[in-house]
Amino acid sequence: MIAHAIFFYVFSIIAVISAIMVTVSKNTVHSVFFLILDFISISCLFIMIGAEFLGMIMLIVYVGAVAVLFLFVVMMLNVAQQKNQWFVSKDNSGHIPVGLIISSVIFFELIIVIGGWKYKPELSNASNFQISDSISNTHSLGQILYTDYIHIFQISGMILLIAMIGAIVLTFRQREGVKKQSYIKQISRERSEGIEVLEVPSNKGVNIDD
Amino acid sequence: MIDVGLGHYLTLGAVIFSIGVIGIFLNRKNIIVILMSIELILLAVNINLVSFSIYLGDLTGQVFTLFILTVAAAEAAIGLAIIVVYYRNAGTIRVEEIDKLKG
Repeated sequence: MIAHAIFFYVFSIIAVISAIMVTVSKNTVHSVFFLILDFISISCLFIMIGAEFLGMIMLIVYVGAVAVLFLFVVMMLNVAQQKNQWFVSKDNSGHIPVGLIISSVIFFELIIVIGGWKYKPELSNASNFQISDSISNTHSLGQILYTDYIHIFQISGMILLIAMIGAIVLTFRQREGVKKQSYIKQISRERSEGIEVLEVPSNKGVNIDD
Repeated sequence: MIDVGLGHYLTLGAVIFSIGVIGIFLNRKNIIVILMSIELILLAVNINLVSFSIYLGDLTGQVFTLFILTVAAAEAAIGLAIIVVYYRNAGTIRVEEIDKLKG
């Protein structure tokens, strides 16, 4: 129990500090690195409380794919060294205090919800898929993911496919002056347009350039 | 304090969610950091779902965390593609200079 508490506080303090650093860091590349640190500590928390599969998937998907994608874009766009103008607005539009008020209201609402949960823990206990101790986390997730949630699973695959197509279509660019092989043109050549039989007058030849 | 329970995890989720919202509002730098704040918000939602799932003994929360992960990855890919296209067209992704819609 003590070890659980110690690990929880260590990982959550690292997570909160790196989340703050994501938003206030001067350099965008540093923000991406702090985002990676945040994801790593949260996935350690997941593994610690018994959701091993999600912790590992989180590492693979976020740290392995999404964060690297962010890094690529930051480096391609050359925005890493832009001056950070935190709390400074060009036109004093006054949306910064509004943002602070809104986020503190959200925070206190969430805290109120947690308090209600703490003092009335029997509020909701309708469990359909019990976590069993005899089989592993991955095994039990797979058992309900491919049976009860198969349609949502397929739809999430479709979402990924559409996202992939969308990203490619958005960033695809037809460049001018690049010579390319065209298979359609090569295959659909006819004999009549490929060769031409000419009467060659003797001592004159033919002009092949026109 | 020592006995870590559901409330601790929910508080951590609330803190990270609020930091994400603050990051969206306070950011004056570029849109990429706003996308990262959205990732933080989705992460906080994932923390809530997983901790409820573990402490109530119900696997449904973990299944939906998987779906949120999928949607978050798709959203990051599409968002970054839009940012790349916008940078190619307008030459900037500073938040204050993106005012073509006069919002």
